[in-house]
Amino acid sequence: MIWRALAAGLCLSACGAPNSALIDQDMITGDSIEQPLVNAPGDPVRGQRLFVDRDAGHCVLCHQVMGLDAEFQGNIGPDLSLVGARLSPGQLRLRIVDYQIVRPGTLMPSYYRIHDLHQVEETHSGAPILSARDIEDIVAYLERRKDVEDDA
Amino acid sequence: MNRIVGCVSLATIAACSAPPQERAHDRLSPDEIVSGSVFLTAETRALQADDFANPGFLWVDRGEALFSEAPQTGPACVSCHADGLAGVAATYPAYDSDTDTVLNIEGRINQCRAKHQGASSLDYESDELLSLTAYIANQSRGAPVSVDTSGSARAVYEEGARYFRTRRGQFNLSCQQCHTENWGKRLRGDTLSQGHGNGFPAYRLEWQSMGSLHRRLRDCDMGVRAEPLPYGDPLYIAVELYLAARADGLEVESPAVRR
Repeated sequence: MIWRALAAGLCLSACGAPNSALIDQDMITGDSIEQPLVNAPGDPVRGQRLFVDRDAGHCVLCHQVMGLDAEFQGNIGPDLSLVGARLSPGQLRLRIVDYQIVRPGTLMPSYYRIHDLHQVEETHSGAPILSARDIEDIVAYLERRKDVEDDA
Repeated sequence: MNRIVGCVSLATIAACSAPPQERAHDRLSPDEIVSGSVFLTAETRALQADDFANPGFLWVDRGEALFSEAPQTGPACVSCHADGLAGVAATYPAYDSDTDTVLNIEGRINQCRAKHQGASSLDYESDELLSLTAYIANQSRGAPVSVDTSGSARAVYEEGARYFRTRRGQFNLSCQQCHTENWGKRLRGDTLSQGHGNGFPAYRLEWQSMGSLHRRLRDCDMGVRAEPLPYGDPLYIAVELYLAARADGLEVESPAVRR
């Protein structure tokens, strides 16, 4: 009896079944989320810190930005040195929030999603990897990567 | 493969900046299979190759002593296995008809203890079990990994393959996405390996200790923020069998040294 209750409890937390999507379908246009997730404008300086920080986005694990002060940047994902010239803020937002919406097989984790996940560690269950504000700050940092002359 | 080998031969992995092509296929082809030791620095490879300096041999030596030591309840391992167990570990995990399960070396040791020695099970990651496992695995060093996935082992193999290919954790990544589709690329200071188990039990610099393959699998699961399975879990043994079949022909390296 106790086991059954425990098993049910485990399933609730591990299967992620009760979690619904953080982003409504009608916020998505093509491969873009035009509307910012928070009202305040993003802070590119904080965004850069989150981009590098091991305990935050740690985007440099897989991506590189030319001139950025971070050793051993990864090359698993695309180079983002000039990503602001290539993608709009809305496109950047969707790619960070949940790129799997438009590219289901992508390696890119969904940083603002809690639904349809599997075997999530108890301590991280029910929470997205980054907060809405974190994502806006990173979008603000990346949308400014338009020119090699830009101060990274 | 070509690019990786090119880099390694020059011992300049870090300087090799262009990523290998993305691989869409879901399995490694036999000609691209390489051991995790290929992705190590020259210093770490040299440490592994030197039996006197390789810290894993502390466990191998301890295992050799334990192998000859009779527990109070029964005979020593060596009294049945006087000729040693050369080549055996290269065929594990293997199906065991007595228990109708697939056993890894750790499981086989504990089964032997119960059946022939009247002794209690050794805990996973205990110094004793790691030592005995390392001693037995080391007797297959250089032998090609070759496991049987037919018959009763088939369903277990399939289960392991499914675990390997299933996305999990808050990062929602599968083993497959990193270790089959993107091996050789740079993850900050590290290079993604192909995820083979041929070096385990292995001495990991990060652990400053010897550890089992299940400890490594738990680290990987926690790395994608997935709830790790318990040590010795049948599902991890299934993954172990899948990994061994996937590494078919690769030489056993235990005790390997890994990052």
